[in-house]
Amino acid sequence: MEARKLIDISMNLPHCALRIEDGSDSVAGPVSATGNGLPRGRALQGGIMECGGAKKKTVKGSDVVIEHVRKSFGEFKALDDVSIDIRKGEFFSLLGPSGCGKTTLLRIIAGFEAPEGGSVLLDGQSVLPLPPDARRVNTVFQNYALFPHLSVFENVAFSLRLKRAPEAIVKARVSDYLALVELQAHASKKPSQLSGGQKQRVAIARALINEPSVLLLDEPLSALDAKLRQHMLIELDSIHDKIGITFIYVTHDQQEALSVSDRIAVMNSGAVLQIGTPQEIYEAPATDFVARFIGETNLYEADVTAVSGERVDLLTAEFGAIVVTATNPPPAGSRISWTIRPEKIRIGHTEPRAARDGINVVSGVVAEPIYSGFQSKFYVDTASGAQLKVIKQHADWSDEGPELAWKDDVWLSFSAEDAYIVEVRR
Amino acid sequence: MTRLPGTAKTPGGLYAAPSLVWLSVFFLAPLAIIVAYSFLTPGALGGVEWSPTLDAYRAIANPTFGKVTVNTIIVAMGATAITMLIAIPCGYYMARSEHQNILLMLVMIPFWTNFLIRIYAWIAILGNEGFLNDLLLSLGLVDQSVRFLYNRGAVMLVLVYTYLPYAILPLYSTIDKFDFSLLEAARDLGASKMSAINRVLLPNIRGGVLTAFLFTFIPIFGAYAVPLLVGGTESYMLGNLIADELTKSRDWPLASAISMVITLVTTLGVLLLLRANGTSVLGGDDHEAAEPAGEADALGAAR
Repeated sequence: MEARKLIDISMNLPHCALRIEDGSDSVAGPVSATGNGLPRGRALQGGIMECGGAKKKTVKGSDVVIEHVRKSFGEFKALDDVSIDIRKGEFFSLLGPSGCGKTTLLRIIAGFEAPEGGSVLLDGQSVLPLPPDARRVNTVFQNYALFPHLSVFENVAFSLRLKRAPEAIVKARVSDYLALVELQAHASKKPSQLSGGQKQRVAIARALINEPSVLLLDEPLSALDAKLRQHMLIELDSIHDKIGITFIYVTHDQQEALSVSDRIAVMNSGAVLQIGTPQEIYEAPATDFVARFIGETNLYEADVTAVSGERVDLLTAEFGAIVVTATNPPPAGSRISWTIRPEKIRIGHTEPRAARDGINVVSGVVAEPIYSGFQSKFYVDTASGAQLKVIKQHADWSDEGPELAWKDDVWLSFSAEDAYIVEVRR
Repeated sequence: MTRLPGTAKTPGGLYAAPSLVWLSVFFLAPLAIIVAYSFLTPGALGGVEWSPTLDAYRAIANPTFGKVTVNTIIVAMGATAITMLIAIPCGYYMARSEHQNILLMLVMIPFWTNFLIRIYAWIAILGNEGFLNDLLLSLGLVDQSVRFLYNRGAVMLVLVYTYLPYAILPLYSTIDKFDFSLLEAARDLGASKMSAINRVLLPNIRGGVLTAFLFTFIPIFGAYAVPLLVGGTESYMLGNLIADELTKSRDWPLASAISMVITLVTTLGVLLLLRANGTSVLGGDDHEAAEPAGEADALGAAR
């Protein structure tokens, strides 16, 4: 948990992008190799190493450059001029709703679809002329696609058998990769005798044994139940850390993408809307769609009344005058959309005492409290008739007063630093 | 008799009664008659005399029978192999096509015409004064009619034509259920198109291949009308031999004995095939969970 938090913080820093110079397979610098199994030790440019006690990370694999890729199925434009740079060793997610083109893009990289235009380069070399079996990429399929007539062992051994590898090498390698996914005990079983999670792991071992430079994962966890999904996600992350190759992960689940990715490309209707770290995507969505698709949000329109530096004054129909921050503020008079995340809003029975400049305060009535175990969500009606979503962790010892209930009068407050301008309308 | 345990008591047995009666009367009884006849003495004008003998089986040792059997096996194997080679790609194409219903229809349409009439249609096409020869002559490709009919090739061609639908249908229905993403997975793992088909498609549609093989091989092995109408002396098959013994030589016990041999050979063949298929489906697990391996490869190094 602690490690994860540190990583999260690091991702906000602009200099933290993982950049590996040509030809170097592992990152130089003062790296500790305690190997304590914590996910994601991140080596940074200039030999900075974050995450106390994280293990050495080997970066292998290829960089993948997708340039102006277009693909349509009949009238339907699956991909419309998509360009993405994926770095060597990166855990990169393609995130979007179904039909956004993310799976088509993955299939183009794998070689199962040919684009109508554009190029796909692996380490600078175009892979488009190559058939799927000649590409140094392997895929973990959504439905696992395990060979039902072969045992777990033979499924994993499949690509080695194709290369007619000697029996001794096959045995050694297969058991290595079965060990990686902790399935040694199931080697002689048939896929039909395995649980969903086990099948998934066979599919991963089978794809990795070929030592691809890029692993493509097509919604690999979508067939698993929520708990198992969480578990497999952590396993995937640790496998990525051990193997060190580029992972391209397709998912429609923003939670999955946020928790494991180095960077995410959010897609919709065949176009890439935003590429960034999970923090950038979540904290500074580039479009209304991204803001709505990633997590829950409150999204409103407003007019810019004044700009001073990064501080922007807005006039909203819902809350009157409020203040937000923007790194690239639009000029006064612009019509914009802005957002505040539900968990960034403080909710309480009493008016916030220490309200200073830059804190927006709104009063309202709890219209709908939704209890969900570890937290509660409140729909709060404001005097203007707008409704705000607020998420609150349950009270701990430091909180005062009773829990919030239905029809309570409440005070909402949020900082200008947590409210962002998303799109400029005009 | 084949009275299953508890047939009289359980309702299941009662429900099975009509089909049991049907099978007993129309399948087992004729079979019993053939078995019995094969051990009897031929009557002077056909039929049998009720004095048991093994003469019929001794007569089988005759070299003619051996020659006809070899020819039958060659024709049956050849025609079945060609049928399968055509039927597998056809079934595959049908299963992947968007126009499955139209294609299914096209496969079924020949059944609307009588089997014998379709053979005569082939005679009309391939005969010395048939359409094909007319065409070749009028195009000047040949000087005189080509003798297409009355040889082994013509028999095989018409047999393949006749039994192709029986092979295509079970193959189509099996391939239709096949998960084609498995082929993509195989390609992804480095298999060429052909090796993906050999290593992944064929093992998984094995049931359909077996059914198609049996549906083709068994009737072709017992073929009678096709070699009779489009075959010559060299393509004389066991079916024709039986018919001739029955109607011309009037040696019913010999005809019955030859039938018995065919029945035994095909039954044995089918049983062996089913068993081989069954064991290899369940088998192939000769790889034990391998022992922990050394640090020989890159993975070991990465750990």
